[in-house]
Amino acid sequence: MGEIKEYTDCVCPFCGSLCDDIVLKVDENNEIVEVENACTIGTRKFFSSNELDDRVQAPMIRKNGKLVETDIETAINEAAKILINADYPLLYGFSSTEAGAQAVGIELAEEVGAILDNTASVCHGPTILAEQDVGASGATLGEIKARADVIMYVGSNPANAHPRHLSRYSTFIRGYFREKGIMERKLIVIDPRYTDTAKLATDFVQVQQGKDFELLSAMRAVLKGAEIPEEVAGVKKEKIIELVNIMKNAQFGVLFFGMGLTQTIGKHRNIDSAVLLVKDLNSFSKWIILPMRGHWNVCGANVVFTWQTGYPYSINFARGYPRYNPGEFSANDILIRKETDAALIISSDPISNFPKVSSEWLGKIPLIVIDPHKTPTTLIGDVVFPAAMAGIEAEGTGYRMDAVPIRMKKVKQPPNENILTDKEILEKILKKVKELRK
Amino acid sequence: MVLKCNLITGRTIDQGRAYEGSKLSDEMTRAGAIVELDPDDMAELHIMTGSVVSIKTDFGEVIVRAIKSPNAPHKGVAFIPMGIWANQVINEDTTGIGTPSFKGISCNIEPAPGKKVLSPQEIAESFKS
Repeated sequence: MGEIKEYTDCVCPFCGSLCDDIVLKVDENNEIVEVENACTIGTRKFFSSNELDDRVQAPMIRKNGKLVETDIETAINEAAKILINADYPLLYGFSSTEAGAQAVGIELAEEVGAILDNTASVCHGPTILAEQDVGASGATLGEIKARADVIMYVGSNPANAHPRHLSRYSTFIRGYFREKGIMERKLIVIDPRYTDTAKLATDFVQVQQGKDFELLSAMRAVLKGAEIPEEVAGVKKEKIIELVNIMKNAQFGVLFFGMGLTQTIGKHRNIDSAVLLVKDLNSFSKWIILPMRGHWNVCGANVVFTWQTGYPYSINFARGYPRYNPGEFSANDILIRKETDAALIISSDPISNFPKVSSEWLGKIPLIVIDPHKTPTTLIGDVVFPAAMAGIEAEGTGYRMDAVPIRMKKVKQPPNENILTDKEILEKILKKVKELRK
Repeated sequence: MVLKCNLITGRTIDQGRAYEGSKLSDEMTRAGAIVELDPDDMAELHIMTGSVVSIKTDFGEVIVRAIKSPNAPHKGVAFIPMGIWANQVINEDTTGIGTPSFKGISCNIEPAPGKKVLSPQEIAESFKS
């Protein structure tokens, strides 16, 4: 038996919870052999780094309709040419890579006059718009763990999407002022389905799908002492009043929300309403609101983009300086309108996550893909780069859903020397673009 | 028999596991090419868990397997895990803010015995024409 190295306090690069108590064991063959503390999906992600059949192992370019392996320099050259020859290229993804790679991506977008977007545009983009409209009161997950006694999840199912969120940060965990953990906390879930999170709740409210805005507005009305109809959004008046009373009497309440609000009719207006409900509740008690960010570093993508360009997503560099207009410069809009004529996708899989019409256009334009794994997007790429898995095979910084930056560890080498980090690949493309333009 | 439903998409734990490195596997198809239906709706359609159904919306059609929802009751609401199958039928309208409408799409569901559930490769490669 060879030597097995143990790494403690590793950070999980799966969801926005960024659990930082992971223990990993790596054997002499560069394989992760044990994962402690991570959830089922995080564990799977760590082990997926070993599965060489599922990994892209060498750079590939499309020749005569087929992807063939090539060397890194040829692939870099090809990618740079695609970006230079495009009038309106799209750079998209960035949410499953570290902050350093995100920063280089911005520089590349500026150099080639691209549209720059991250995956927030299909998840919490509406949240950003709402927060720009009406603000938001926030707190770190540590504060929530220490203080919160009423926890609400609205349109969010962390039991499936952020499996350790309840046990590590919000509900079951014992905190400084919540020594008895769940015994001192109430869990309220609002969802159109009786989800796995709802099954754990002290109060579950089954809202009619697509009526979140109505329900949140009715709660605000009750809070202000106004009359509401006997039933709103499929919920009885008495239940709404009972819920509002629990919320008013909280010592420290937190409203977490997810795609149930951002992707449903109303979108950013649903979040407006949730933020204003929390604002109103602050007349009675202490309440905060926090989006349940999905990808481990999508918050980082917004933070890094904002600090470098002034805007969090949907940015257009076509005029040489950044302009911001979600709905016009968002990835899906320019794909649906067939405006973009080349795309670079990094650490993201739009074919699995975009509507069909967007995917159809991605299939028609020159497509550069940077990803550790084989995905539907790498299948249809024209230049495909294998990448080291950020947070496992490359170190860097990730931003947790509460925007707390956490340093990610490197615990093993990528499977072979052809495999560079996201940052190295982007730097090489950027260098080549500058060279070819001289 | 055609059932009118309100279609939503979202994450499931099985879909989440398959998403991590196994997006082209049979496991992905088992986790993603499904529609969770309320047991009453399934009775109305005379189908059982595993039955192949067709889902049609104004934006496309997809063939998936029906399963009895573990999150019932939600009569009239159909749920497909987010992924390449759901994308075939969701509403691409970004309503002026960049985010497509992944939830709340009216759909028609009907049994489609004998029809083929496509693999992720088959769907992806259909885009590369």
